[in-house]
Amino acid sequence: MAGTLVFAEATEDGKLNPVTAELCGAAQKLGGDITVALLGKGVEGLAAAAGAYGAKKVIVVDDAQLETYLGDTYIQPAERIAKEVGADTILFAQTMMGRDLAPRLAARLGTAVAMDCTALTSEGGKMHAERPCFGGAAKARYSFTGTPAMATVRVKALEPAEAGASSAEVVKQDANIDAGKVRSKVTDRRKEKAEGVRLEDAKVVVSGGRGLGGPEGFQPLETLAGILGGAVGASRAVCDLGWYPVAAQVGLTGKVVTPDLYIAVGISGASQHMAGISSVKNIASVNKDPDAPIFKASRWAVVADAKEFVPAFIEEVKKVKAG
Amino acid sequence: MPHIVCLVKQVPDPETPASQFKVDESAKKVIPAPGIQPTRSQFDTIGVEAALRIKDKLPDTTITVMSLGPDSFRDSIKHCLAMGADEGVHVNDPAINDGDHWQTAEVLAAAIKKLGAFDLIIAGRQAVDWDMGVVGSTIAEILGVPVVTIAKDVQMAGGKVTVERVLLDGFETVEASTPAVVTVSNELGEPRYPQLRQIMQAAKKEVKPWTLADIGISAPAPRVTLEALFIPDTSVATEVIEGDTAQEKAQKLAQRLHEAKLI
Repeated sequence: MAGTLVFAEATEDGKLNPVTAELCGAAQKLGGDITVALLGKGVEGLAAAAGAYGAKKVIVVDDAQLETYLGDTYIQPAERIAKEVGADTILFAQTMMGRDLAPRLAARLGTAVAMDCTALTSEGGKMHAERPCFGGAAKARYSFTGTPAMATVRVKALEPAEAGASSAEVVKQDANIDAGKVRSKVTDRRKEKAEGVRLEDAKVVVSGGRGLGGPEGFQPLETLAGILGGAVGASRAVCDLGWYPVAAQVGLTGKVVTPDLYIAVGISGASQHMAGISSVKNIASVNKDPDAPIFKASRWAVVADAKEFVPAFIEEVKKVKAG
Repeated sequence: MPHIVCLVKQVPDPETPASQFKVDESAKKVIPAPGIQPTRSQFDTIGVEAALRIKDKLPDTTITVMSLGPDSFRDSIKHCLAMGADEGVHVNDPAINDGDHWQTAEVLAAAIKKLGAFDLIIAGRQAVDWDMGVVGSTIAEILGVPVVTIAKDVQMAGGKVTVERVLLDGFETVEASTPAVVTVSNELGEPRYPQLRQIMQAAKKEVKPWTLADIGISAPAPRVTLEALFIPDTSVATEVIEGDTAQEKAQKLAQRLHEAKLI
């Protein structure tokens, strides 16, 4: 089948992951029929929503065994659906699921996958996938020698499709998981940090790096984020040092954030950090080093010591807020 | 006697300053920055650290470091041997040294098969040059063994591996039967640095040089074509907030953000 198979996802609170619209937007531009596959537990009710972005067909596998993502279980229906649909192109999001599942599925389909793509184009009817590499310092564009061409797409990097009335045919399938092929199991899962505004949803993110001087430097950032109704992020360097929870890590190996305003304090701007904020239009950065690479990507640059600047800035923000 | 195979890649130093990072757009290659030596891909040495922590508990563990690339890659293997790994395999063949991810995985899987029985293959979550993050999982699929990605802790006991995985909002524990593939992330911790004595000992450890003929395969066909490689323009018009004191700068920045309706 000429066309695209999109692996949609549900969120933990049972909604359709908005990245589905972004994947379908990309699939629309590539052309051809769109089939959406949705795997999980309690996801049947999301089929219409999943089909609202131009899909011709939605395949739903709603099974208790798919409640928690596990590669060995998810790969089974995913492989079956991919072979049955026979699409030219298969798209995943670069999420925990996409990261883990797409390379395995590519190997099973005898093809390759380009990971974490930020642009997909159609050249002579075939997908070309563009993606950052070298920690974001360069970009590479790939074509595929065989079919299907596969890509995972960076969250919030592509224009979402508009939701319309769903005319998609909904097909329910059983998971049919062969327990003999499940060689792994999840025995425990714990959240690290759940209070406050989610980093991925925040309109304002205040992030700290090594320039804070120590873990205590995050306290004023939390105060500032609180006043601005935002969330606190951190560089990989300080997460590795144990100054701040890993869940707050922004960058290539952490979270991709897309706030309206990103305030970077004491972050030099290693390209792997910049990979997490590549879609942010408004960056204000504070660094002691006038040559910090982050300044080049910033709309506002403040050369200052975080310890002196942040308390003063908190007072100024309070004044502005008070009108 | 547990056998762990660690996959290690050599990469251009990721700390290369942006001003010295250049690519040859027609050759679609990174131009090595003058005076900056290539280094071990960080996640891969973290993988060696994970293997050494297992060996610390189970001293009869054998750790093989395997690498695929040109002559210079031998330095990276030697470094890992100095960290405490036992033996090295250097797959070095012009027919494959510049392969895509599929070719790399296919050749490494064949080389691992030739090595014989293994309990665990440990790789970095991604190489810090191409950042693709697929080779470990692909090898697992080729060899038909389970894979657990993005680990911060790896324990091996009684025919299974217990892995702490890093999730976006926390952690999970996954148990898998061995043999298995595990890919590790920076949350596992810093890799140990070899002592002088270990560097001298490593000089005596064997690094097997293998060509594709030694492994008994021919070069697999590539599955992707690199169409373009370029440095994206990310610069924006920057206003430097001037002021004599931090106070003054703070006031100005708050004003600017307010004017832009961002706060």
